[in-house]
Amino acid sequence: MILVFCELKDGQIRKPSAEALSEGRRLADAAGKQLGALFAGASCAGAAEAAKYGADVILTAEGPTLASYSSDAYAQVVADAVKAKGATVLLAAATAVGKDVAPRAAARLAAGYASDVTALSMVDGKLQALRPVYAGKAFATTTFASQVQVATTRPNVFPAAEKAGAGATEALAAPTGDFKSIVKEILAKASGKVDLSEANVIVSGGRGMKDGANFQILEALADAIGGVVGASRAAVDAGWGLPHSMQVGQTGKVVSPTLYIACGISGAIQHIAGMSGSKFIVAINKDPEAPIFKLASYGIVGDLFEVVPELTKAAKAMGIGSN
Amino acid sequence: MKILVALKQVPDTETKIRVAADGRSLDPADVKWITSPYDEYALEEGIRLKESKGAEVVALSVGSDTTKDVLKNALALGADSAVLLKGDGQGDAYAVAQIIAAYAKDKGFDLILCGNKGLGGDNAAMGPMLAELLGWAQANVIVKLELGEGTFQAEREIEGGSEIVAGALPAVITAQKGLNEPRYASLKGIMAAKKKTIEELDAVPVTAGATISALALPPERPAGRKLEGDAAAQATALLQALKDEAKVF
Repeated sequence: MILVFCELKDGQIRKPSAEALSEGRRLADAAGKQLGALFAGASCAGAAEAAKYGADVILTAEGPTLASYSSDAYAQVVADAVKAKGATVLLAAATAVGKDVAPRAAARLAAGYASDVTALSMVDGKLQALRPVYAGKAFATTTFASQVQVATTRPNVFPAAEKAGAGATEALAAPTGDFKSIVKEILAKASGKVDLSEANVIVSGGRGMKDGANFQILEALADAIGGVVGASRAAVDAGWGLPHSMQVGQTGKVVSPTLYIACGISGAIQHIAGMSGSKFIVAINKDPEAPIFKLASYGIVGDLFEVVPELTKAAKAMGIGSN
Repeated sequence: MKILVALKQVPDTETKIRVAADGRSLDPADVKWITSPYDEYALEEGIRLKESKGAEVVALSVGSDTTKDVLKNALALGADSAVLLKGDGQGDAYAVAQIIAAYAKDKGFDLILCGNKGLGGDNAAMGPMLAELLGWAQANVIVKLELGEGTFQAEREIEGGSEIVAGALPAVITAQKGLNEPRYASLKGIMAAKKKTIEELDAVPVTAGATISALALPPERPAGRKLEGDAAAQATALLQALKDEAKVF
């Protein structure tokens, strides 16, 4: 079996999990195996949706002890499910939870682990993963020595494809409690916007923004076209009050949106490493020699303080808005 | 309190990546090696705990003689002692976790600190694997850490915000940028470090879980085009192109 650990949010499968499930279905078809979807929580209501993405079996570990996320408890649930079903491939989305639980479960299973993969295939019955290393400056083909093979899939890379599966349900026992660590409280950001790592459109600002307050014009553009705002390391480190969670680059978030608009970003290797996986890159910069233009699908040599507001105006006039 | 800080030596972020002749590793020529930036936050946190609570800080790295630079730097910054486990520190996260677990398991550490990922390998896996192998609590991608009597509370970065993780010591905590602002080594620290020796031990033999069979540079991006005219014309041309050619909207 190929088993996919899935996350629910508000009773629905999170998009990165749907993507992992779809990729799991494709691998299961290639290997002639069954696809299992695994859920854990106080309630797994909504898990049935996994059948839509091709799950043959839907496993649910439900109970009050799983109400809050616990690394060791969830790793135990996941590893136990892998053992119980004799699964040889375990996938999860490379989300905050996925990246926390998958390597711990892998160690529990004495399994090799490939994180944040961008392509998967079955070669002679074994999993092979392609993953960005050096923040995307190179790609490593990873093969596994262990019998069980674990990988997390990078959000926004694998298409979520609907394909009906049998969706037979099976309940698993929840652990009894006494966990080593547990999440006590979630401190959500006020904006309610999607995270950079999952965003389809990113509008990013660099040193050329001159001040943190000027990021308002990027916010306005992002709002108009359905995007979220990021920043380069130069901007985050400039003392403009921008949080590190906004930083795109090798020492920040590595992103792969459909559209990345770089405003006043020269294109240091450090930054490029974090966004070169974007499908389309737009560069807006005063300096025609800025390295970012080498990467750009579309380049605008000009003053971002003129171009960005014009873009916002034109987007509204044209009725553009992603998603 | 006894704290182990696990440090990884990695290529500098400005390194131009070239593939070695074997087709599966990094060409080490012209590579400048540094301490992984996330590990610097881990080390700084360890030193701050030493200063505020009187902890003993042991710096550790897995690697070869060249890896000693990372440990010398850690000693200069305030680590009490340093251990080099001679083995492949650049390899599979599971292998490195086994090596460190074998060393740390009976040394009485209360806390192991490391970066949330090693820059370059970008696995973000060694810490949680180490926690599991030791049977300890874990908290990853931490921007704030508070220790109580045999307990910890940590703020961890998640999508769209953060969460508070509480747990029991011993624990493996992996640091994120924002946890602290690492100090620079003082001349006094550098001089004192010169008098300290780095303990060298052979890494235990381990089996890797995963291996890299090929390393390749990303495909070249197709050439783009510049949009001409005044700001308004450029803006309209861009949105039209994104709509009609790229079909983004």
